[in-house]
Amino acid sequence: MAEQAQVLPGTLDLLILKAVSLGPLHGYGVLLRIEQISRGALSLEQGAVYPALFRLVRQGLLKGTWGTSDNNRRAKFYQLTAAGRKRLQEEMEGWDRLAAAIGLVLTARPEGA
Amino acid sequence: MRLLAYVQSLASRFLRRDQLEAEMADELRAHLELRADDLVRSGMSRTAAERQARIEFGGQSRFKEEARDMVAGRMIETVVRDARLSVRQLRKSPSFAIAAIVTLAMAIGANAVVFSAINGFILRPLDLPNERSLYVVERTADKASSESYLNYIDLRDRTRSFESLAGFSPDQLWITSGATPSRVWAFQVTANYFDALGIRPYLGRFFHAADDQGINSAPYAVLSYPYWRTHFDGDAAVVGRTIRINKQPYTIVGVAPEGFRGTILFFSPDLFVPMVNQPQLDGTNQLTSRGQRLFAVIGHLKAGVTPTQAVSELDALGQWLEKTYPKENEKLRFMLGRPSLNGDGLAAPMKAFLGGLMLLAALILIAACTNLGSLFAARAAERSREVALQLALGASRIRIIRQLLSEAVVIALIGGAVGLWGSVLVLQWLSVWHPFPQFPLNMPVAADGRVYLVALALSVASGLVFGAVPLRQVLRTDPYAIIKAGAPAGAPRRLTARDLLLVAQIAVCALLVMSSMVALRGLSRSLRADFGFDPHNVTLVETDLAMAGYRVPDMPAMQRRMIDALQTIPGAEAVALIGQAPPILFVSNGSKVFTETTADLEPASAVTAAVMYSVSPDYFLAAHTRLVSGRQFTWHDDASAQRVAIVNQVFARRVFGSPAGAVGRFYKLPDGARIQVVGLIPDGKNSLNLADEPQPAMFFPILQSPYSDSWLVIRSERDLSQLSTAIRAKLHGLDPGLPSFIETWTTAMQGALFAPRMASITLGVLGAMGAILSVTGIFGMAAYSLTKRLKELGIRVALGAQQGEILRAALGRPFKVLLFGSAGGLVLGVLASRVLSFIVYQATPRDPIVLAGVVLAMFVVGLTATWIPARRALLVDPLILLRDE
Repeated sequence: MAEQAQVLPGTLDLLILKAVSLGPLHGYGVLLRIEQISRGALSLEQGAVYPALFRLVRQGLLKGTWGTSDNNRRAKFYQLTAAGRKRLQEEMEGWDRLAAAIGLVLTARPEGA
Repeated sequence: MRLLAYVQSLASRFLRRDQLEAEMADELRAHLELRADDLVRSGMSRTAAERQARIEFGGQSRFKEEARDMVAGRMIETVVRDARLSVRQLRKSPSFAIAAIVTLAMAIGANAVVFSAINGFILRPLDLPNERSLYVVERTADKASSESYLNYIDLRDRTRSFESLAGFSPDQLWITSGATPSRVWAFQVTANYFDALGIRPYLGRFFHAADDQGINSAPYAVLSYPYWRTHFDGDAAVVGRTIRINKQPYTIVGVAPEGFRGTILFFSPDLFVPMVNQPQLDGTNQLTSRGQRLFAVIGHLKAGVTPTQAVSELDALGQWLEKTYPKENEKLRFMLGRPSLNGDGLAAPMKAFLGGLMLLAALILIAACTNLGSLFAARAAERSREVALQLALGASRIRIIRQLLSEAVVIALIGGAVGLWGSVLVLQWLSVWHPFPQFPLNMPVAADGRVYLVALALSVASGLVFGAVPLRQVLRTDPYAIIKAGAPAGAPRRLTARDLLLVAQIAVCALLVMSSMVALRGLSRSLRADFGFDPHNVTLVETDLAMAGYRVPDMPAMQRRMIDALQTIPGAEAVALIGQAPPILFVSNGSKVFTETTADLEPASAVTAAVMYSVSPDYFLAAHTRLVSGRQFTWHDDASAQRVAIVNQVFARRVFGSPAGAVGRFYKLPDGARIQVVGLIPDGKNSLNLADEPQPAMFFPILQSPYSDSWLVIRSERDLSQLSTAIRAKLHGLDPGLPSFIETWTTAMQGALFAPRMASITLGVLGAMGAILSVTGIFGMAAYSLTKRLKELGIRVALGAQQGEILRAALGRPFKVLLFGSAGGLVLGVLASRVLSFIVYQATPRDPIVLAGVVLAMFVVGLTATWIPARRALLVDPLILLRDE
């Protein structure tokens, strides 16, 4: 298992949107998916995922439908709406810019070295 | 899209509350099951797995809370919660809540009333089509819209700036169709009046320019909508019917639209008749005299013509008129005014008055806000422990501030609602109020949407303003220090912002108290003013001989008969007659006056202008007007004798240089008549505006200057009802068709005194509010500073301080604040004296009685406000205080 990392403030929505973009997921599935993709480095607080999901639904980025899980449990599955897909694109581009910029700053060396 | 989703979720939040709760619970259950399934798969027992899943998930109630916030917008939820909490908090301290609400209700109510008046008189127009281009033509010289018929015709036919020019003049007429004549108020209008305004009849037709075929050619009447409803039961068949107006047959051609009340805001006429029929209605032709200014002129500017262009064109026409008719015209320069108040002659003082009132009302609101601000600050300080505890337990400062502000806004909204409710009552009463029954007063001041909006905005804004006062205090609160040591004891020695606020508030209140004192002084002066006559115990009978069918040569004999008949009524001490209304009641006719030696009787060479009255010999006796020197008129001052006059002292001073030798001397009128002065009377009041300087006045014998309007003046101690029965009987005996309107002179004068009295009452009320606000303000401060220093005072008492010292320590500061504030208010008042004198009759705040009154009032305010705190301070028991903590 990789070392644990903190979820940066403000990035939770991005992570959830990305996770859901790979295929419809229920709330617990979102948790698992993020943990699995990050190879265990990112572990979300369980109680925090649902308010975030509800907020994204309210903003019209996700929509939820009740369905049945692999092991026959009734659960609500979330998937991206068109607006959600657009937002994910924007957020990802924003993240790339930020990461690149921070990367540049952090790899800077003293001049003339 | 997002907004839509938001609204949907909001709606569903309220509509399907249970379902949502159930769904949330379902989702939570699904999560726990799925997690438990995984845990079981990794080898745990089912029970242990379920337990583990719940532990991992964390607090479920917190989940629900957060989830609920997320599902629907937090805003409404939070606001409702804050408001509920605020109401609960306020109910814990009802006296505070009531004091705050009452204070604000007064302030908001006062502002709503004043704003409604402004809205009704200035902002809200007459509601005519294209009113923006509608103007009245006024003369620059006297700011009055008033032209003679002949001048009007020239202006109408020559102007290229106006679509068309119309004229109108309020007049009183008699409907003589029934058994007894009944009085109506009418507009005599030019035949193009309705077309020039661009309005359509409700019923039938209006008369048009084409109906005007010369003098007395258009016996048509248009009814106003309310008159048609009340006097003709809204019967559509009235069109075409003939009624008798001043005994002449007139055909009703139509009914004006419902909202149309003529073109002066205050005045709602019952019917409209063509101006060309004036000679027939009044019995004398006033249309042929170019010097006789008869009516207001109004019209729409043509599209694309600016007011400036129109004025320069009118001025050119004026110059041409001056040149062509130099005898009748002088200083014919024009300006354009808004029609609603008939131009600037009325609008300017009205605006000044209402502007002054709005200023005072705004001051009240500011005073109320500072007042509530310090109350809130005191409250926040008292609650500092509670706030500190909340902070220590992790409440965010934003949350606490929001709570304080929402308390303020809740108070503001309740106060605003109460204030608005009160003001609506006052306004309803005002708009149906008929202070003088003989005049068709129309007060368009009922509250409308704009008023409600302003009141709401004022409430919320003032709530935020006074709620914001204690914010700094809360933001700086250090929870640990307060919980350790209690609220910081001992007032800071230096002057705080709150003290300054209070000083400012007291100053404003002192100013209000002062203006109300000035107003009351003015009122008492106007009540005791020397009118030059004594209206008490005098009954006036208004009649009109021309209307009753008398021709000019027959009038004097009939007037003599009326006087003789009334003299036989038992208890009638003196009976006289005056042509046109007695002084003050209405604007009186006037004339230019020339010295005896002036040969060229052009307006420019006149020595003065004077109002004129025609009276019977006993008038001065009946009116109790003292003769300074000379003689009264007799019945021998008739058409065949030397023309004589009795003048007042200003007249004598202006025309002859001094009143002393005036009796016996001569002067001239514009028609060349030589008049000899035979008597001199005191100045008295002759103008509608009592505050004006005395005007020159001349009285002529009725036999030498016959007048159709005849007001009988009867002095008698008997009461009005008995007297009027007797009077009616006598007049009926002389001529059953003679119209008469009977009232006491004092009642008739209510109209003249209406404006100054209204102003005085308004200012008085505002002043009383100011005084109340200072009491609560000082009281709040004294009580608060006392609470803060109780411990210190207890120690002082324990150390043996005397009562005087205790009082000084406890109340020195509030008293200083009161002192500085009152002084500031007095200075402000003296500086604002010009504004005040604009509003009130002979107002001067430099009046020593006013100054003393204000000082006394503020002293009483101080005593009242500090009485309870002072008693509390004196009763401080050191033992209890030391035991506390």
